[in-house]
Amino acid sequence: MSEELFSNLAIFVLSLLVGFEVMSKIPATLQTPMMSGANAIHGVVVVGAFVIAAEANNWLFYCLAFFGAFFAAVNVAGGYTVTDRMLGMFDRKPAAKAKEDDHK
Amino acid sequence: MSALQTVSSLIYLVSAVCYVLGVHLMRSPKTARKGNGLSAVGMFLAVITIIVNVIIEKRITPTGWIVLILGLAFGIGYGVIKARKVPMTDVPQLVSLFNAVGGGAAAVIGIFDYLLKGDGASLNLAFSLPVWLDVIIGGITFSGSLIATGKLSGHVPGKPITFPGARLVNIVVVIAILASAWLMMGMETNVWYVVLALAMSLIFGLLMTLPIGGADMPVVVSLLNAFTGLAVAFAGFVINNQVLIIAGALVGASGTILTLQMAEAMNRSVANILAGGFGTGDSDSGSAAADVPVDVKETSADDIGLQLAYAHSVMIVPGYGLAAAQAQHEVAELAKLLGDAGINVNYAIHPVAGRMPGHMNVLLADVNVPYDQMKQLDDANPMFESTDVSLVIGANDVTNPLAREKGNEISGMPILDVDKSKSVVVIKRSMSTGYAGIQNPLFSADNTQMFFSDAKKGLQDIVASTKQYLDD
Repeated sequence: MSEELFSNLAIFVLSLLVGFEVMSKIPATLQTPMMSGANAIHGVVVVGAFVIAAEANNWLFYCLAFFGAFFAAVNVAGGYTVTDRMLGMFDRKPAAKAKEDDHK
Repeated sequence: MSALQTVSSLIYLVSAVCYVLGVHLMRSPKTARKGNGLSAVGMFLAVITIIVNVIIEKRITPTGWIVLILGLAFGIGYGVIKARKVPMTDVPQLVSLFNAVGGGAAAVIGIFDYLLKGDGASLNLAFSLPVWLDVIIGGITFSGSLIATGKLSGHVPGKPITFPGARLVNIVVVIAILASAWLMMGMETNVWYVVLALAMSLIFGLLMTLPIGGADMPVVVSLLNAFTGLAVAFAGFVINNQVLIIAGALVGASGTILTLQMAEAMNRSVANILAGGFGTGDSDSGSAAADVPVDVKETSADDIGLQLAYAHSVMIVPGYGLAAAQAQHEVAELAKLLGDAGINVNYAIHPVAGRMPGHMNVLLADVNVPYDQMKQLDDANPMFESTDVSLVIGANDVTNPLAREKGNEISGMPILDVDKSKSVVVIKRSMSTGYAGIQNPLFSADNTQMFFSDAKKGLQDIVASTKQYLDD
């Protein structure tokens, strides 16, 4: 096994363990936003889209590079935007409530 | 390692740390938004780094730049507009769509690198194994998530779709997938091998998702989300990029835990869900009041308005029907009306009310329901005994007292003790059963009245009649 493959494999396994550990019991309220947030993180595949675009040199590869870039960009841009929108709704509650209390 | 590589690797490491800390912060409501922001910062760093790399290396052709920029621009535009415009009720299918394209992108990277080797090249396993895993898992999540999106949005029927001989087709497809592994790893490269792998994985994604009922889709989406994480990690092996490996493995593992927790909250096991054929998610759309048993008491919007106007405390119990009818504005209007009249109004929110765990909180927060009125299960249950009227809107199984007894589908599932309040009004389209497919004795209880209506229309009528009584 090459040194490169071994270090990649070690990183993979340890990252899996970190993933298991970091996700302890979370409240049901946050499960949907959490799923959406994790979904945005795998949008990092957009980095891979740049890597393949750098290798493209014929029409088939250009096509693949286009779809890779398009798909990955939708994933990463949409993922973070919608997660932030969801979480923003919990965020603004204290402010809205304070306003209501003022009225009373 | 060149200076550029060293700096790039270090920045990728920083961005990986951002993802881990981001997920960590997202576990608590107070820090969740910050967590997502931190993870976005990590993503920004990673993208800037790769941009600098491809510019300095100058390997990308002019056509390559055009293709890349067009793809990114369309993708960002489409993703951001969709994410900004989507009504909160439709968020689950949008997340599933974003997941589908993520899996698609990972599969494309695998296919690209396989084809790049050219026909007739011999590959070593360290390359061909991750390529195969990347294409197969990416393909499954792509088609599977698209079907899940369709089921959640109603473009694909929510009921389990099966056909005679499905089991046989499944076996054939699995054999073909294994054959593609042998061809891609054991033979010299050939375009058709990777085409076979892609086609079979897409078909497998369809076969896996179609037999699963719409109500189980949230768990399936979460599972496919974890799959995409793994596909992205394998894409990282293929292009030898460690930030993809770390982020992908992180999502793969944390997504698996999240899937188990969601399934637990819905009182189902993942294996059970994948077996399919359970839960239509559409059962409320059955025939209207025709099949009402004689022993339920029907009531009218007018009568409900009267009850609410003269109550001291009202508990609103929103469910799937409310989310499906998009009646959150109407329910917030009713609650505000009652609250302004000095009536104590709260919402009792079951963890799995709505279309996904936690989805109901998001829906109500969207229409400015004060956070302190949303009572979670453990806080809500002691309040029912002193509640005058419980207004159950499109919820069924989560209020079913049978859960307290042994020997049925929902035994042991935590429920809202709606039946303990002085009077219960249930707004529901018909008597059809909920997602567990069992009768709910709450509906025929002495203190329960049924109002058969669509949640949105019914609430509009109740708001009108309540207004009238409050004005008197």
